[in-house]
Amino acid sequence: MTWTLATPLVLPFLTAVLAFLARYGAAGRWFSVAGNAVLLGASILLMVRVLDQGVIAAQMGGWSAPFGITLVADYLSAVMVVITAITALAVSVYALTDIDERKEHLGYHALFNILIGGVVGAFLTGDLFNLYVWFEVMLISSFGLLILGGNKDQIDGGIKYVTLNLISTILFLSGIGLLYGMTGTLNMADIARTLDTVENQGLVTVVAMMFMVAFGVKAAVFPLFFWLPAAYHTPAFSVSAVFAGLLTKVGVYALIRMFTLVFDGDIGFTHQILLWVAGLTMVTGVLGAAAQNDIRKILSFHIVSQIGYMIMGLALLTPLAVAGAVFYLVHHIIVKANLFLIAGVAERTAGSTDLNRIGGLYKSAPLLACLFFIPAFSLAGFPPLSGFWAKYVLVAAAIENQGWIIAAVALLVGLLTIFSMTKIWAEAFWKPHPEGVDPTLNQLTPQARRHLLIPIAALAAMTLVIGFSPEPFVTFAKDAAAQLLDPTAYITTVLGGET
Amino acid sequence: MEALLAITIGVLVATSVYLMLARNVLRFIFGLVLISNAANLIIFVSGRLTSGAPPLIAEGAEGPVGDVANALPQALVLTAIVIGFGLFAFALVLMFRAYSTLGTLYSDDMRIAEPRTEDTK
Repeated sequence: MTWTLATPLVLPFLTAVLAFLARYGAAGRWFSVAGNAVLLGASILLMVRVLDQGVIAAQMGGWSAPFGITLVADYLSAVMVVITAITALAVSVYALTDIDERKEHLGYHALFNILIGGVVGAFLTGDLFNLYVWFEVMLISSFGLLILGGNKDQIDGGIKYVTLNLISTILFLSGIGLLYGMTGTLNMADIARTLDTVENQGLVTVVAMMFMVAFGVKAAVFPLFFWLPAAYHTPAFSVSAVFAGLLTKVGVYALIRMFTLVFDGDIGFTHQILLWVAGLTMVTGVLGAAAQNDIRKILSFHIVSQIGYMIMGLALLTPLAVAGAVFYLVHHIIVKANLFLIAGVAERTAGSTDLNRIGGLYKSAPLLACLFFIPAFSLAGFPPLSGFWAKYVLVAAAIENQGWIIAAVALLVGLLTIFSMTKIWAEAFWKPHPEGVDPTLNQLTPQARRHLLIPIAALAAMTLVIGFSPEPFVTFAKDAAAQLLDPTAYITTVLGGET
Repeated sequence: MEALLAITIGVLVATSVYLMLARNVLRFIFGLVLISNAANLIIFVSGRLTSGAPPLIAEGAEGPVGDVANALPQALVLTAIVIGFGLFAFALVLMFRAYSTLGTLYSDDMRIAEPRTEDTK
């Protein structure tokens, strides 16, 4: 049991060490690919175990539950680890061509794998302070990745990213301190059990709000998202793809975990705020995207608006709504990472990501156009792609709950998403190139084409699979939601049977 | 003792907010250092304070006798200090790098990643 849970955590760090030692040769990047392939195997193994047994937990160092650090995986954690491994593998293959030698010498592959390790750790830990440590591991490696190369705009975006994330981290740490003072424990399951017995429930709500703000900054929700569009369009494409896919989702995951497991005492207050936040996040994100004129900036603002959908699922807190949030989380990681990877290929062939300066991709690179079409329209929620089912479940849950306004907002934002996706389509793919360049894929070497297009095609294929057979995925999401809304199994497994 | 520490935390947070609202990013990171120390003190106080009672276990005994200091917050604060120091070092180097590449320490002038509309015209 310990072994299955610890392997996905240890592997990325092992890979990072190997990649760092071999950073001056070609071996470093292949270590990264191989390490992530093994990680995918290990995470699938974990998934199988979780499907088999429900919740699994392991105590690190042999210290029993409330005292030692617990690793725990339920359906949500397991699926997040699998999707992390998939994204990591796709991006590491893409990085074979995308990352130049200078960035490799600076240690790109090592930082990347440490980042993946931090993300996996945050998904698997059952201890609040340990979650803070994993957030830090993730943050410091993402800082490094973001400014790797040291361009002016990277430094500028980096300052905003670093400062805002540090403030949220400090808020998170203070929240942990206060929660520990109230309950005398740091184990999430144990906190969930003892929090109801705390006398001062008003203070519990205050701490809940501190956590909401702290994770809200990381997840980039309204009104705390300004660092994201300022920073995500500056680093290498591999880096922004993995940031867009995974980093903000760790914030969403932490919100879902804390506000289903721990802070479920004052739902009328906290989740009402979450609902407002969700609606405003969706609207501001999509309006910001409509105003932009650069592919990566449009996509960055779209991350914000899509986060709103996931928070909406959490805020409604019905089984169907939480299932929708889980489904959306998984679908969005694949789609968003893929769109950033495609933006990278578009820049390589057409010369820029600024929509005024490129064009003609449809005519000269029809394959890329097709590959863009799938995630773009999935994001916008076209049936029968994966995004349609995700939005459908959420809107159905909202209507079932008589949340007419939030359902209307969700549908309207879907329409506006289509508008800005059509903008990318019309400008980058449809209109002729303003400088008369013929941006064909043939100008890339065959090797570069393989490295860049295979991950894109693989992720697009996964979007299609989820889109055309959503049944098992929706069922799984419903099971995960049931587990989240009734955390009894989680708590008893972590605390080893005693209740 | 708790009251004194609570007031200290309040003063630290107030000072750091004042510093972080400055437009100079160097002042901002000094504010960040102060507020991270305030967070450390919060953890320390929340573990309840006992003076002069180290959590030592007598030879042969299973647990400490009487009212002893809680060792866990101290371990947590130690971890947080180490991590906070690493982040501070990184932030300081980043500011230095920003000063040498952008030539300014004022956040209002840092508009390269997201230019104002009038700047781009």
